[in-house]
Amino acid sequence: MIEASTDALLPSPGSRVRPVRDPFHGDLLEVSMGPHHPSTHGVFRMVATLDGETIVRLKPVFGYLHRNHEKLGESTTYLASMPYTDRLDYLCSMTNNWAYALAVERLIGQPVPERAEYVRVILAELTRLLNHTCLAGFLLQDCGASGTPLMYAFREREKILDLFESLSGSRMMCNYQRFGGCRVDPGAHWLAAASRVTEGYGRFLDEFEALLTGNEIMMARTQGVGPLSAKLAVAAGVTGPMLRAAGVAYDIRKVDGYGIYPRFNFRVPLGEHGDTYDRYMLRILEMRESIPILRQALAEIPAGPIMDPKARLRGLRPKAGESYGRIEGPKGEIGFYLVSDGTPNPYRYRVRPPSLINLTILEDLCLGRTIADAVIILGSVDIVLGEVDR
Amino acid sequence: MPHAEPWLERAPLLLRDAVNALLPAPARWWVDSFLDIAVLLGVFGLLFAFLTLAERKVLGRIQNRPGPNRAGWGGVLQPFADGIKMLTKEDIVPRLADPILHFAAPVALVAFSLMSFAVIPYGRHLLALDMDSGVLYFFAAGASSELAVFMAGWSGRNKYSLLAAMRALAQLISYELPLLLSFVPVVMISGSLSPSAIVTAQGGWHLGFIPRWNVLTPWGFAGFAIFMVASLAESNRSPFDLPEAESELIAGHLTEYSGFKYALFFMAEYFGMCALGGMAVTLFLGGWQAPCAFLGFIPSYAWFGAKLLALLLGFIWIRATLPRLRIDQLTRFAWKFLVPLALVNLVTVGFWHLSASWSRGFDPLRWAIAIALVVIPFVAMGRRLSAGLGPRTYRFAAQ
Repeated sequence: MIEASTDALLPSPGSRVRPVRDPFHGDLLEVSMGPHHPSTHGVFRMVATLDGETIVRLKPVFGYLHRNHEKLGESTTYLASMPYTDRLDYLCSMTNNWAYALAVERLIGQPVPERAEYVRVILAELTRLLNHTCLAGFLLQDCGASGTPLMYAFREREKILDLFESLSGSRMMCNYQRFGGCRVDPGAHWLAAASRVTEGYGRFLDEFEALLTGNEIMMARTQGVGPLSAKLAVAAGVTGPMLRAAGVAYDIRKVDGYGIYPRFNFRVPLGEHGDTYDRYMLRILEMRESIPILRQALAEIPAGPIMDPKARLRGLRPKAGESYGRIEGPKGEIGFYLVSDGTPNPYRYRVRPPSLINLTILEDLCLGRTIADAVIILGSVDIVLGEVDR
Repeated sequence: MPHAEPWLERAPLLLRDAVNALLPAPARWWVDSFLDIAVLLGVFGLLFAFLTLAERKVLGRIQNRPGPNRAGWGGVLQPFADGIKMLTKEDIVPRLADPILHFAAPVALVAFSLMSFAVIPYGRHLLALDMDSGVLYFFAAGASSELAVFMAGWSGRNKYSLLAAMRALAQLISYELPLLLSFVPVVMISGSLSPSAIVTAQGGWHLGFIPRWNVLTPWGFAGFAIFMVASLAESNRSPFDLPEAESELIAGHLTEYSGFKYALFFMAEYFGMCALGGMAVTLFLGGWQAPCAFLGFIPSYAWFGAKLLALLLGFIWIRATLPRLRIDQLTRFAWKFLVPLALVNLVTVGFWHLSASWSRGFDPLRWAIAIALVVIPFVAMGRRLSAGLGPRTYRFAAQ
């Protein structure tokens, strides 16, 4: 009945995967999930080869959202790339901005005023809350929870987006950080509003967890599904909550101590099994750790300029050299590598996208599992296609 | 003593007699049957329409949003707007599809689910067909509906539909068994397969105020719980909506359907829910019987409707809350938990039947043994089912 295209995807020599057309064992079913599938989180495609419902091969296909981001970065000035970084991981524009600003600041040796450092920490942690909240909602949606967790997650996300909007003028494409500080000063009102959101967040997390975290079906669906070993995670360059769920203590906020993070007292939760449940719980625990950081930053934020008065944004011509700025984004290590040849445009502009690198191990996690598992494993990897495809 | 009943209770009889008086004798049987069908179609068609609205409204409230509220006052015209939309949409049949099966599947599905309505007693005098083996007929009609789902999945020539069809079959085979086993205790106790006799057997009150509904006995409660879980699976409702698992298989067997054929699937799903809910009310919740003697003045069909709506609300609530099972967990849950539990329940009801002749002083002992027969297997098998699962504690990295 079902014709599968066989020739294009015959196994490579030495592979032990059965061919799709196999008169002896029976044919395999090849399903192309995506690029418009409800659970691929964007224009992502998984070519899954199924034996019954078991995945025997899974080929991720992406690039549908490719828009030449890195080449664009090389043909525009340093400042003009800043708004483009919003579009990488469009849930986390604030952290993308920060990582790019950090790279340029390192390139030109630009100091950042104290107040701006605090604002950056506040915005980065709010972004982490936002991203992890969305992820948890989408993951439970992928498990089949009919939208209820997602709607509650989006209610909280809206509060943070309101904060971003009132600060930067845009909900998602914030374009807020600059080399040597931030674009506008958050007033006392904004800081008070951020405090209110922070104080309410713990209660929301309790409510959210009460809904499904302890649910039998949820645990049966996620525990032991798609375990990622620490060895594979490190070998593949996986970063962020996925790596920590595999039990590797690697948080760039602790390792690099960039910005003013060494001043904050927070813990880094670690998983043990590296399965989907651990990845989900790690996000919840990280959100719980973000709240004290936010509280401390909002209490200690000093008065002062938000931009270094000597900072130069337009007509920036860094000396020839290179720099790499990386921060702990919500999805992992988001880094920007810049090479300057002394002209107004970077000679080389390269993004290290955590989504893409975390996605490379998808097949390893999905082999031998069912389609339903593949969907939630993909959900727990936490990808945004704007960043995967660039 | 039908003359003592309030006229509201007798309204269906009065209506039938009024119609019959106008007709010559040979036409009566035909017109009566047609009237039954028309009333069933009309009432459940409207119920379907407003159930979709209720589902979306209740889901909306649970999910912190208003739900449909544009068409008509508070959205009451939404079902009709949906109907018009569905009728005016293009009906697409894929080029490689099997056109006959593709057309027959939704029609068969609706037909099978409508058939089950014939034997449910909706009120004291409201029963389309009083069959001696009504319960058997009901489940036979219900089981055929899964075949229609398979037809839909097969005919579309879509890989997602095919996977959904396979899931539907696995689900049918797994859950038909606990569904059937769960009502056997009721038949054993009431000694009849006729739904109206089963309802009559549940009439009266223990100690003057506790209704003698089957659900209020240990075996009845277990049977009711198994029946409800299995009927969630039979009507493809969350958390057993694997054939149309939206986040995995796009829309499963519905992927290649559009227009009114698509709407027919939903009609069948809601009809199936109503039919299974109605059968649950009949078998376990005392059918149309009032819960208290002094509430007897409310017509019996109102009680039936209230109980049915309460069950349907429960279905919606479950859908809003629970995630979906995986196919292997689904079948394991049926074979390793529900079926053994239903079998043990047969022993429980056998004991209950035998111990009915014990003197009143032994009643607490009788209840204790029956409850133990229900609870101990439940806990033991439940623990095995969820072995290895549980909340975890997490460590934190050394500073």
